[in-house]
Amino acid sequence: MEKRVFFKGWWLPALLVAPQLLISFVFFFYPSGQAIWNSLFLPDPFGLKTEFVGLDNFRFLLSDPYYLASFKTTVIFSTAVSVSSMALGLYLAALADRLIKGAGVYQTLLIWPYAIAPAIAGVLWLFMFNGNIGLASYYLKALGYEWNHTLKGDQAMFLVILASSWGRISYNFLFFLAGLQAIPKSIIEAAAIDGASFWKRFGTIVIPLLSPITFFLLVVNIVYAFFDTFGVIHTITSGGPEQSTTILVYKVFSDGFVSQDLGSSAAQSVILLVLVGILTVIQFKYIERKVHY
Amino acid sequence: MKTIKAIIASLALFAMFAGTAAQAKVEIQWWHAFGGRLGELLDEQVNKFNASQDKYTVVHTRKGNYSETLNAGIAAFRAGQHPNILMVFEVGTASLMAAKGAYVPMYQLMKDAGQRFNPKGFVSAVSGYYTTTDGKMLSMPYNSSTPVLWVNKDLMKKAGLDPEMDLSTWKKVGNALDAAKAKGIDMPFCTCWHSWVHLENFSAYHNIPFATKSNGFAGLDTELAFNSPVHIKHIQTLGKWAQEGKFKYMGRRNEAGKNFRAGECMLMTESSAGYAGIKKEAKFEFAIRHLPYYGATEAPQNTIIGGSSLWALSGKSKEENKATAAFLAFLSRTDIQAKWHQDTGYLGVTTAAAKATKKSGFYKSNPGTDLAGIQMMRNKVTQNSKGLRLGSFDQIRGIIDEEMEGVYNGTKTAQVALDSAVKRGNVLLRRFERANK
Repeated sequence: MEKRVFFKGWWLPALLVAPQLLISFVFFFYPSGQAIWNSLFLPDPFGLKTEFVGLDNFRFLLSDPYYLASFKTTVIFSTAVSVSSMALGLYLAALADRLIKGAGVYQTLLIWPYAIAPAIAGVLWLFMFNGNIGLASYYLKALGYEWNHTLKGDQAMFLVILASSWGRISYNFLFFLAGLQAIPKSIIEAAAIDGASFWKRFGTIVIPLLSPITFFLLVVNIVYAFFDTFGVIHTITSGGPEQSTTILVYKVFSDGFVSQDLGSSAAQSVILLVLVGILTVIQFKYIERKVHY
Repeated sequence: MKTIKAIIASLALFAMFAGTAAQAKVEIQWWHAFGGRLGELLDEQVNKFNASQDKYTVVHTRKGNYSETLNAGIAAFRAGQHPNILMVFEVGTASLMAAKGAYVPMYQLMKDAGQRFNPKGFVSAVSGYYTTTDGKMLSMPYNSSTPVLWVNKDLMKKAGLDPEMDLSTWKKVGNALDAAKAKGIDMPFCTCWHSWVHLENFSAYHNIPFATKSNGFAGLDTELAFNSPVHIKHIQTLGKWAQEGKFKYMGRRNEAGKNFRAGECMLMTESSAGYAGIKKEAKFEFAIRHLPYYGATEAPQNTIIGGSSLWALSGKSKEENKATAAFLAFLSRTDIQAKWHQDTGYLGVTTAAAKATKKSGFYKSNPGTDLAGIQMMRNKVTQNSKGLRLGSFDQIRGIIDEEMEGVYNGTKTAQVALDSAVKRGNVLLRRFERANK
């Protein structure tokens, strides 16, 4: 049963939604409109002159094989970041949920990395894997493994995934822990009395009951991997080597703010906007159906 | 609580007085890219200027590396919050030149301010970079360097090599690297600024074009040309060395400098301005040599500069422009230039500074510090060795770096990588041409 409330006049509901509309306009519609408008122009970096080029910016982009390759890079990166950080978050939450003594201390320590800004997290990991002075690269070398993420694409990818997932684990941990604690103990105990093993209970009771939170985290993590990770990438690899860590949003950033090609950057924003729109629709239309509330 | 309030109140009072004192002077902003030892030396220059007169104050701010500084300047210009003076590295020169209206040309600035200024006092190989084809100087050369070969003599000895051996050609360098690898030296060769040293300077040094239309000096419709057989041969050699573990890639900019200063790398190609840091940090005997070349060309042409020049951005008051002019004239003074040249390893950009340095006996007591100057001015410049003037060049360098990474990690041949870099770079040149018609 859905609840519906009816208002008699029009001004009260209008007033109530006005703040939300205003915020949407200022922070979403206006900038998106600007991006769409700018994507049709080719300005010079200083903003002294500009030329209308129609869809040329899009043509320019879609004929660039490196741009097309960055779609694939984005898929690999986002999937790896979301899956690894959610799996580890869930694993740690399941462990922390069973703690009897010192739960608060563990929980606080596990949440800590979330307080670190992405760019700073990037620098920390870069420091550890730095070819000159990094501890991790030093020990890897001692084990006979040559670490050089400035040259090897797969290593660079691994490092940016590691650095991007790290802080996210805390975030996911927090939500999963809350979710686990909300599951009534009586259900689990009842199943245990019926002889269900730990894994059976986890698979048939815990996972379905966690599905709303898992779905929420999936959406949030994908959005994070898509949009909030350029700080990490910028500090660690700057998208290299050979653009192997250039995800779509990093290319928007680097073409716009590093290369000052605002036309192309705006066109990429528009493509990204459409893409994320489609992705969100898919998530809500197909995945949400499988969620039990 | 009371003490905190008292502190805040006194701070506010202090700020007020400090404010009024500063208001009497004209304050101008300078954005630059120098940290570390270079940053200290730059700070010294600014302090000297501020103390030398009581009309103007220069405030300097570091905005990150060269690219970040340029981008910060451009973004600030769009927002109307730009500094009076912006440091722009040589790669950004074409972008600035094309942005007429964004800057006050140097000759104009000096004339308007009634400042005595002699553009002919600058070494032409340097000032030519920043001067229009009809001889008007647009920005002031600040720091200019050229790539040289740095030698760790201690590691040479450890490799069983004569530290004084001839390293003038890449073939001889290759032999030295073979010997070093055989003796277990971990990093026989490293380099900074790959594109600048191994393609841009390489082209000038071998007198072959990097791009058509005199490397872009003669028009925006220039096309890249660094995929000639000579270029390919050199990059393929570097790739081979990388595969054999003789050359270690440390990053696109000057990351390898750390390895050299730490005594890990035996031979390094890097700017002559690596001098400031190496002199300060190296705990081994080092030497400076000319950049190697391929013996096939009879004798090397000249190398070209890297570094930055200072641009006076437009939209500032007359008073502030006067201050800018006074400061830039101060920087070009012989004593300031000579000190900068000797401290940093950058070239003496005025003829007088180079002469004064020679007279002081500096080159004799610091052997090798004059090599960069000689290497740059050894011949009459040709169409191919004047320098580069290419739009979107920071991006093109990024493309070159990417493609070269493919050669070093063995996924691409030099032919494929350079062909691809030329093709991708040309797309950007056409885009730049279109945006700046």
